Amino acid sequence: MTIEKYLVKSASLSALFDKIKASGKVVQAPVKKAHTVDFMPVNAFNEITDDYIVTTQSAKSVAFPRVEKLFKYTKAKKEVTIADYAINTIPEVVMWGVRPCDAAGVSPLNAIFTWDVDDVIFTTKLKRTTFIGFSCQKSDACCFCTSVGGNPGATAGSDILMTKLSSGNYLAEIITEKGKAIQVLAPEFFEETPSEEKEKNLAQVPIQFNYLEIKEKVDAYFESDIWKAQAQRCISCGTCAFVCPTCACFDIQDENHGKVGQRIRNWDSCCFSQFTIHTSGHNPRESQDRRWRQRINHKFSIMPDRINAYGCIGCGRCSRACPVDMNIMEHLIGISQLAKK
Amino acid sequence: MVDIKKKANELLAANAVQVVIGFEEGTSGKSRAIFAQDAAGVDKLIFNSQCVLNLAVYLTKHEIKKLGKPAIIAPLPVMRAIIQLASEFQIKESEMAVLGVSPEGKLVEFQTFAAIESYLKDFKIAMDEKEKEILAKISNMSLSERFDFWMQELGECFKCYACRAACPMCYCHKCAVEQNKPQWIPVAANNLGNLEWHAMRAMHLAGRCVNCDACHNACPKGIPLNFLTKLMMVDAKEIFGQDGPSLKDGHLLSTFKPNDKENFIR
Repeated sequence: MTIEKYLVKSASLSALFDKIKASGKVVQAPVKKAHTVDFMPVNAFNEITDDYIVTTQSAKSVAFPRVEKLFKYTKAKKEVTIADYAINTIPEVVMWGVRPCDAAGVSPLNAIFTWDVDDVIFTTKLKRTTFIGFSCQKSDACCFCTSVGGNPGATAGSDILMTKLSSGNYLAEIITEKGKAIQVLAPEFFEETPSEEKEKNLAQVPIQFNYLEIKEKVDAYFESDIWKAQAQRCISCGTCAFVCPTCACFDIQDENHGKVGQRIRNWDSCCFSQFTIHTSGHNPRESQDRRWRQRINHKFSIMPDRINAYGCIGCGRCSRACPVDMNIMEHLIGISQLAKK
Repeated sequence: MVDIKKKANELLAANAVQVVIGFEEGTSGKSRAIFAQDAAGVDKLIFNSQCVLNLAVYLTKHEIKKLGKPAIIAPLPVMRAIIQLASEFQIKESEMAVLGVSPEGKLVEFQTFAAIESYLKDFKIAMDEKEKEILAKISNMSLSERFDFWMQELGECFKCYACRAACPMCYCHKCAVEQNKPQWIPVAANNLGNLEWHAMRAMHLAGRCVNCDACHNACPKGIPLNFLTKLMMVDAKEIFGQDGPSLKDGHLLSTFKPNDKENFIR
């Protein structure tokens, strides 16, 4: 659909939230905790914070949570009974306060989960999620969305995008049918199109490198000392992957309790030293430089080749969360500056 | 810092060490590890209150060992970690140089690990007022309050294992959580999995933790998991008289002494 533009008054925001809640949807929104700001199910508008550059964790957990119970099983002699995931219990969810970078991460994540087979749990959750984005008025030194094809007011991935104008009111862009369905819940709050331009109300995020060049360089420099130099201080934890909007690696485990059990899907990370260990004991990525190379390669070369999507949307979460200051933007600039081969 | 840089350059120039593990200026006002292999690297060395990572974590990493013999910039927590690692036969004094940093920021040179142990006698691990306050708060909770407190805090954990990765004492190549024949700890980052992971880690650090807080500083969720090990430390001191790392008595949970108290076994 063509994007429709409306004005939502600052004072109407809370009432719009109430209408959405009253429709029976679950609303997840950024909530300030002692050390983090993260998406949480909220009941009242005043639980929501707008004081964040991006949330600590991405919005991906709405469709790809850290633990997903795929099915349950019961064993009785030779019979195994499986109780499938109850797809029909998946609620309608509104993700309120998603940043444009996070929204941009939905498409690559979806491409992974629909690459060969349709992951029904993931795709159903996604189908039942409406993303209400809020464009960025603020950015920090870790942000680099503009270097990977995004921008602080980009609409891709959001169903509605709100941009705060100088008056304090919001420009609401209705981007998809799902977004339209939200407007239909409370049409009285969507007023005439504002005249003020969107662009001048957005954060300024300077372009740091050309992401197409990154692909060219990671392909050309697969065998290079740069990976060792960059990965030296990395301590092989999974923080970067777990806060990343597009990291999709998981580990399947059966939790067995006698004759009953469940199969669960847990987040995993290519940075863990055991991630690629073979049954034989051989580990093709036994040192951290190889794992770091894989991380960058996967995001900037393998994903574009296989699913026509880049695996980095420039939110900078990994840089902020990293305990040893592996700053991905700094490293990507370093890679982009390698000589052409 | 001038003394430290001078000494680092001397060691590198004489090829007495091949790499100096220290801190450099990071991004966004953070400090971070640097592995200086020449004068240009040494020139980047800094030391300030932001340098909270325990650099001893790199001493047991095979990627770093490949760089050659290291000199390590060692403030008190790093010195303590070195003694603990040495007592567990993970590092040898002939295989590294230790450039100690006194609490005043001055270079302290050590020829032996025993000299570090002796130096540390004047700097026993002591909880500051804020730590004492939190320890008292947790200790004064009823059993169910304490359980609820930890379940809520640990509920934040998504098992990125940054705490383990940042801990100098978590050097196992295969951690107990990765043992799956049989599986000891549930893999899922759910209530049971998180509780068992953190309880297991705390127990494994009983009498070994050097109170550097690297685990908490590394945690992207800000979980106060360092208070699990602090509480263990208080117990290790009260029950077994273990007062900080020691070259001789570094194995609280795997050492038996005839006069060990048994009154806590019920």
